[in-house]
Amino acid sequence: MKAIMSGNEAIARGAYEGGLRFASAYPGTPSTEILENLPQYGDKVYSEWAPNEKVATEAAIGASIAGVRSLCAMKHVGMNVAADPIYSFAYTGVTGGFVMVVADDPGQHSSQNEQDNRNQAKSAKLLCLEPSDSQEALDFTKKAFALSEEMDMPVLMHVTTRICHSKCIVETGEREEAIVPDFEPKIKKYVTVPANAKVLRATLEERLARAEEYACDCEFNRVEMHSTKIGVISCGVSYQYVRETFGEDASYLKLGIVHPLPDRLIKEFCSKVDKVYVVEEMDPYIEEHVKALGIECTGKDLIPKFDELNADIVRKAFLGTEPEMYKSDMSTVVRPPTLCAGCPHRGLFYELSKRKNLMITGDIGCYTLGMAPPLNALHSCICMGASISQGHGASIALKDAGKDTKVASVIGDSTFFHTGVNSLMDVIYNGGSNLSIILDNRITGMTGHQQNPGTGYTLMGKEAPEVDIPALCKAIGIKDENIITVNPNQLEEVRFALDTLLAKDEPTVLITRWPCVLKKFSPQDIDEFPTLHKSQCEIKQDACKNCKICVKTGCPALISTKDSVSIDRTSCNGCTVCRQVCPFDAIEEVTL
Amino acid sequence: MSEVRNILLVGVGGQGTILASKILTSGLMKAGYDVKMSEIHGMSQRGGSVSTQVRYGDKVYSPIVGKGSADVIVAFEEMEALRWLDHLKIGGTMVINDFRIQPVPVNLGMAEYPEGIIEHLKGICDVKAFKAADIAAELGNPKAMNIVLLGALVKSMGGLDEIDWDAEIEANVKPKFVELNKKAFHAGYEL
Repeated sequence: MKAIMSGNEAIARGAYEGGLRFASAYPGTPSTEILENLPQYGDKVYSEWAPNEKVATEAAIGASIAGVRSLCAMKHVGMNVAADPIYSFAYTGVTGGFVMVVADDPGQHSSQNEQDNRNQAKSAKLLCLEPSDSQEALDFTKKAFALSEEMDMPVLMHVTTRICHSKCIVETGEREEAIVPDFEPKIKKYVTVPANAKVLRATLEERLARAEEYACDCEFNRVEMHSTKIGVISCGVSYQYVRETFGEDASYLKLGIVHPLPDRLIKEFCSKVDKVYVVEEMDPYIEEHVKALGIECTGKDLIPKFDELNADIVRKAFLGTEPEMYKSDMSTVVRPPTLCAGCPHRGLFYELSKRKNLMITGDIGCYTLGMAPPLNALHSCICMGASISQGHGASIALKDAGKDTKVASVIGDSTFFHTGVNSLMDVIYNGGSNLSIILDNRITGMTGHQQNPGTGYTLMGKEAPEVDIPALCKAIGIKDENIITVNPNQLEEVRFALDTLLAKDEPTVLITRWPCVLKKFSPQDIDEFPTLHKSQCEIKQDACKNCKICVKTGCPALISTKDSVSIDRTSCNGCTVCRQVCPFDAIEEVTL
Repeated sequence: MSEVRNILLVGVGGQGTILASKILTSGLMKAGYDVKMSEIHGMSQRGGSVSTQVRYGDKVYSPIVGKGSADVIVAFEEMEALRWLDHLKIGGTMVINDFRIQPVPVNLGMAEYPEGIIEHLKGICDVKAFKAADIAAELGNPKAMNIVLLGALVKSMGGLDEIDWDAEIEANVKPKFVELNKKAFHAGYEL
């Protein structure tokens, strides 16, 4: 059947068709929609959200060892979290075909760094496939399970934002069911004590050599011969840009397997063309390999080593041409992303922004936007779960150095479950004194509302036990009186809690509990938060002195001009933060 | 082989370019074109500038619309039209929703929203500007402004009249909004 699918939808479809039975992931842009598209195949495929990428990978590994075709998926930085299991799973190999989908984000559309995970495929010694559009995403994923079993290697499916989020026409096929064998312990294969692992290390070289031989003649790598004046080696979405740029004025070696690289095939191709270009996004991964084979080629001396590529960049670099375009001397104003109108994080960050001599360590999520003007209330963001551990290090170091700067750490509910819990244990165990603030908005927000261990539901829509955050904090050693839960839209409550907890010289936890205003409310939400979306705020223009204090909350529903401030009724969600900060009582809450 | 045609839908996160582009790409696919559509999700969605890129023809390679190559740009917000001007093909059409969303720096008094964008652009390229939200509101719901803009886009592209757009609206919109959206599409088309 013909359908239009994003790369992520196509990976989910391909996995289903390839006999997938078990999938686990932690959401992360641009990979999130892969797992979101699996519950539609729920009668054949079990799928779940795991608390983090390491757990997801290990769960999928377990399913593979049990003999079932399995998959895990994550964004590029998630592979760092999952590196520990995958580097050793490369040694053992698989029983059920295993696919790890890793989505890189060239251009950092929604990421804290830009890392080229083809390097990790090489480093971890994985068989790595890279599709160039949705059809290949579907076909490659479908074939990857059998290939993984045949080669006895986990497969890394390397994709990028433009593959994940571009929609193309695909032809879908039928599901191929795989036989699940009865469990049989294979201790020498799966128990990586040194005696076994040393043997596996040697056989891994043999498996890699076999995979390279396979890559020289397989359907994943394709030679397209046209003009032999130029030969272009490319992979992934870059292939589309070079194909569009050179047309039939060049020949192509399009690599669908990017690890191991097929030396014989590369040499053969390069011998047939006058000059060789290597066009790839991010690192000169293929280029360095080609050069190491003693083949002269041009690549990164003409195209950038970072950011996304596109056909304009390739054309300018290799052909020296630029398109004609309209120009204007009028300049635009940047439009940075902001916390939404009614976002429950606003009240907390507004209060934090008023504090002096406070270091605020941050984490990954919508609330990272607390760093932006006018709030400017988040001072670091490194990786998932890092806020609390950074805060711990900072608070100990500051105290040791004789400084009286206090430290608060902000972390979302899903990020806390991801890796924040371990960090909080560090604070408690080692007697730190930073205030850990857990922003419980009842969902995984930034990636588009995924369930997590605190929301009461699973990916497949089943009800699930909820992690009780205060009880968890208590269980790992936070004193009862050092845990306060507040409604973050009530500024006085927030202020009181911050005063109380920041005054203490021991581990403390503040939980802000209010749902993301964009989420689909569950029956429990409606029960617990009955005032949601029941009111809006309005400015009484006769009482307003145009002092702009409300605008300092950064709410995008407030429209401020030179002469007045008003509230956009289509965006206001009635959080009342602006009403609480107004010194002239000029804002009123109107019940809907 | 027919030339690849390019469309850009640009706006502000939350304005809902997604439904319009979904109907558009589905219609193009059924008409037998190769179609690619690209959009970026994630952090920029929270009130930032967003774009959806649609390309169609006999065979499409790159999913990205290059500079100077969009046959039509549909700007859901006027400053976004100015921001993407360099992507318009010489001789292409800029469809602009006469509608402003103030970015945070303007709200905070750190920058001024440029005045007279639509008039300025009219002096540079072919512009079709109208108040899509008002048109949609007259039809019953200002939220249907995206489909008004879609109608205007289809008209501006030309050559797409063979596609049964009413059927695409029926297939992609909740039943109770189908009639409204059909009216919105035709209102935009007739502009």
